[in-house]
Amino acid sequence: MAIEVRIPTILRTYTGGEKAVDAAGGTLSAVIDDLEGNHPGIKERLVDNGDLRRFINIYVNDEDVRFIGGLEAELKDGDQVVVLPAVAGG
Amino acid sequence: MLTIDRATYDGIVAHAKRDHPDEACGIVAGPEGSDRPTRLVEMVNAAGSPTFYEFDSTELLALYKQMWDLDEEPVVVYHSHTATEAYPSVTDIGLASEPGAHYVLVSTREHGNNDGPVEFRSYRIVDGEVTEEEVAVVAALPTT
Repeated sequence: MAIEVRIPTILRTYTGGEKAVDAAGGTLSAVIDDLEGNHPGIKERLVDNGDLRRFINIYVNDEDVRFIGGLEAELKDGDQVVVLPAVAGG
Repeated sequence: MLTIDRATYDGIVAHAKRDHPDEACGIVAGPEGSDRPTRLVEMVNAAGSPTFYEFDSTELLALYKQMWDLDEEPVVVYHSHTATEAYPSVTDIGLASEPGAHYVLVSTREHGNNDGPVEFRSYRIVDGEVTEEEVAVVAALPTT
């Protein structure tokens, strides 16, 4: 079992075009570090100065992680993580 | 070039006029890889602002899950400018995250909520580079 991470179009350059990849870790932070190990460069697109980037949304089992602990949100095998850039502008 | 049917075009314009002076935003989904904008989805501007727009994060996820289920993608991402021209702002360019989408900008600065023509323009925004494209409004999208 692993954690499936759904990757948005704009970040698929880091995953060789894959729409979803597997990762492991007990927290979102650990999962992102694990992703970075296999897909170098992706972490910087998600995290800035130790915080989730303002215009990146990450969901664990359909919950916005901002409401469940942010990068410290707890994960377990079988959870599904979705990464979606904000649709926003001025 | 963006090819869009009259009803969808009118729907986007009506949404922009209705929400003026706040920015209106939404997408037109279509079958993946088809470049056919077939399903207009008006979104709530969670920022509720005349100078900024943002889809609510929970509604954003629901929208994408629905598109994935239907094998759709966002063919058009649209929003309005209510006091400036229909050209992507620096913020729009910095946050553009759908390299395959047509970014439509509507400006309601001239007539606001009232009847009257609006600027309706379309762009590709890829890696910070903006390319304007022609907009063809047709009675109905050509069948494939």
